[in-house]
Amino acid sequence: MRDKKLVASIRDAIISAGLKDGMTISFHHHMRNGDYVLNMVMDEIAAMGFKDLTLNATALFDIHMPLIDHIKNGVVTTLMTNYMSAGLGKQICAGVMENPVQFRTHGTRPDDIIHGRTPIDIAFVAAPQSDDMGNCTGKYGKSACGSFGYAIVDAQYAKKTVVITDELVEYPMVGFTVPEVYVDYVVVVDAIGDPNGIVSGTTRITRDPVGLVMAQTAAKVVEHSGLLVDGFSFQTGAGGATLAGAKYLKDIMLAKGIKGSYVMGGITKYLVEMLQAGCFKTILDGQTFDLDSIDSLRNDPRHQEVSLYHYAGPNAPSCIVNSLDTIFAGATEVDVDFNVNVHTDSNGIIMGGSGGHSDICAGAKMAVIITPMFRNRLPMIRDRVTTITTPGKDIDVLVTQGGVAVNPKNVELKARLQAAGLPIVDIHELQAKAERMTGKPQPIRHGDKVVAEVIYRDGSIIDRIYNTL
Amino acid sequence: MAEIIKMATAGTDEKSDVVVTVEPCENGLQLQIKSVVMNQFGPAIEASVRKVLEDLGVKNAIVTVADRGALDCVLRARVETAILRGMEG
Amino acid sequence: MRRSMLFLPGNAPKMIINGNYLGSDAVIFDLEDAVAPDQKDAARLLVRNVLQDIEFDRVETIVRINSIDTPYWMADINAILPQKPDIIMLPKTSCAADVQTVDAYLSQEEAKLGMQNNTVLLMPLIETALGVENAFQIASASDRVTALFLGAEDLTADLRCKRTKEGREIDYARSRMVVAARAAGVEVYDTPFTDVNDDEGIVTDAAYAKSLGFTGKASISPRHIEAINTVFSPTKAEIAYAYEVLEAIALAKEQGKGAIALRGKMIDAPIVNRAKQTIAAAEALGIRKEDL
Repeated sequence: MRDKKLVASIRDAIISAGLKDGMTISFHHHMRNGDYVLNMVMDEIAAMGFKDLTLNATALFDIHMPLIDHIKNGVVTTLMTNYMSAGLGKQICAGVMENPVQFRTHGTRPDDIIHGRTPIDIAFVAAPQSDDMGNCTGKYGKSACGSFGYAIVDAQYAKKTVVITDELVEYPMVGFTVPEVYVDYVVVVDAIGDPNGIVSGTTRITRDPVGLVMAQTAAKVVEHSGLLVDGFSFQTGAGGATLAGAKYLKDIMLAKGIKGSYVMGGITKYLVEMLQAGCFKTILDGQTFDLDSIDSLRNDPRHQEVSLYHYAGPNAPSCIVNSLDTIFAGATEVDVDFNVNVHTDSNGIIMGGSGGHSDICAGAKMAVIITPMFRNRLPMIRDRVTTITTPGKDIDVLVTQGGVAVNPKNVELKARLQAAGLPIVDIHELQAKAERMTGKPQPIRHGDKVVAEVIYRDGSIIDRIYNTL
Repeated sequence: MAEIIKMATAGTDEKSDVVVTVEPCENGLQLQIKSVVMNQFGPAIEASVRKVLEDLGVKNAIVTVADRGALDCVLRARVETAILRGMEG
Repeated sequence: MRRSMLFLPGNAPKMIINGNYLGSDAVIFDLEDAVAPDQKDAARLLVRNVLQDIEFDRVETIVRINSIDTPYWMADINAILPQKPDIIMLPKTSCAADVQTVDAYLSQEEAKLGMQNNTVLLMPLIETALGVENAFQIASASDRVTALFLGAEDLTADLRCKRTKEGREIDYARSRMVVAARAAGVEVYDTPFTDVNDDEGIVTDAAYAKSLGFTGKASISPRHIEAINTVFSPTKAEIAYAYEVLEAIALAKEQGKGAIALRGKMIDAPIVNRAKQTIAAAEALGIRKEDL
């Protein structure tokens, strides 16, 4: 006899899953700033009168602003996330919550779930395609998001898992990512998200000339690092200069005939093109950013979907980031000890989070941070970053338009890059150079209430974020 | 002494630029400054604006600054341009 | 070593404050075509202040002032000269007298400022039919002239022909420019390649200009700078050959021989001069003999 998992509404699913005050619920962010599911579920939960919940999300975007009311009304009293965009960040920094927000990394979050440190009672999984038993995926459907990397661990390890889909297909669905054995209930809704907010039609490389100059330099750093040999593995971000860096790296790899091993990151068509051009053997995809990349994930067996635990779980027997040769990542600020901030802006207001930043920087043999010396009038190299996201010990090279600073711990790398004619500059000199243009900014004052804690990969609190005044 | 005889503007609302407006006024200098880097550079911006006004001998003016992160050299150029434009008949 | 010159619009702070870092050998702060007539005053003061405050230690600084048939050029010089840019670029230069007019004014203002005569050099921009015809006279009109620069956009309008990507319509002007500049003993720069999205076209166009004898090329896009720099740098093979030439000559001198051959070819004075230029260029780029 067939099991019956399909329930009529989100409310029915909440009742069936047995939600109680004080429990922990979870969400993934594959729908990004187009997500409808978190709001639908939270509005229902609030209407049902539940209180004192812990919400554990992989990331929160400004589409989730209604969450602020649920916080103010005591529905949600603890918040865990790996990333938070600026609208929400501003509210959190204004002090709307009693308990500090717990920021983790993309690797630490699933690690803590799997190892029982932050167990999940009910996971709500927005699924672009599912059957009535909950075999589901992000690869297909009108709201397709590509990889389901964030959803896999939540579905598997939550005590109860609710799949919410807007495209129900006949059992058994073909090409599922999460199998039915982890799913307890399935709900069909009109729309789980706005396709325009989920993926971009195309991802474009920055046209900012300073960004391009830095990207070119970063690619040359890799070229001369000694790491660019057959079997090379690489991750890059999808934003600003880091993606442009991948483009220049592709040119170098093709010119030198380097056959790399794997590439990962937020996957965009530029990385797909690198795969197709033979720069890499495989793409390991935890998060897919554009339509071309979704196509590739569907059709090219070399393009593989991975969970975020596999990606970067610090206590996993092994994880992908630990085999990385090089990564490119950005920064909102860097300091003279190479600490990086991607959590707060220069006014101390939350506008991001580690995501995988700390994970890849810790794992890779060479972590390259690309950031301009100044943005508008703000110098980006500080005496001390406003918030430490990734500690300086994990950063190897800083690329700016004004030169390349090598972490003093990398004596040999510095010599190699110097010999290759790269413009190596002491980081203090870069700081001075920037400040000669911008002037020295006044220190920012903050309150003494802790509004967020930044949890590093080893579980320690690496920094705290305070309320704004 | 330099006199502002008409309202004048200089600069653009692009990033790294600043829009400076000067208007005639009879009783001293009135400054209104808005900046995306107010917390970091508010006093520095005001000091720079006052210095340019002083160097050009402007004693009476309403000066409005809408700054999107202009470097000091850009700010001074825009203030000076607005003043010179405001002094022309 | 000046291979590439990057145009930056004179009234765009975001571009010009980063001029030192965009990879070109020289930047051209443009007060002329990139600036609308009602913003000439603003751009002039902006470029003046930027030159005053910001370090340009990786590039030569060039300011394109407005042409002498406008009311702006003297005010441009008055504002810019005290900041000692390396070069003033004079657009629409059509005859030696144009150069002499500006040269005289620069000398007068340099004297007033207590600057040495010819502190700031001149680069005439040849972009009229008359200018092309007078190129040699223009290049020889003053010691201040350091290079000629061909501007094909205005020139083709003046010639009443269409500007094409292949550029056959400017073949004569290009060759004439190179001959005139070399006859006068100054450098010579090629017109920008204006399709900023064509990454292959720029390489072809720059390589062609190099083959005609141009020293380097201007660009309106930072994206083309790397290609221009590569094309106008001596290749490793060229540098290695240059060293071989000089070594062969040194050996011949030692042995008291007059004429010598290398790889079956007579080494004469022009080849030796060329070798010396190549090595000078390599040294300017920091390429050492042991790097080859």
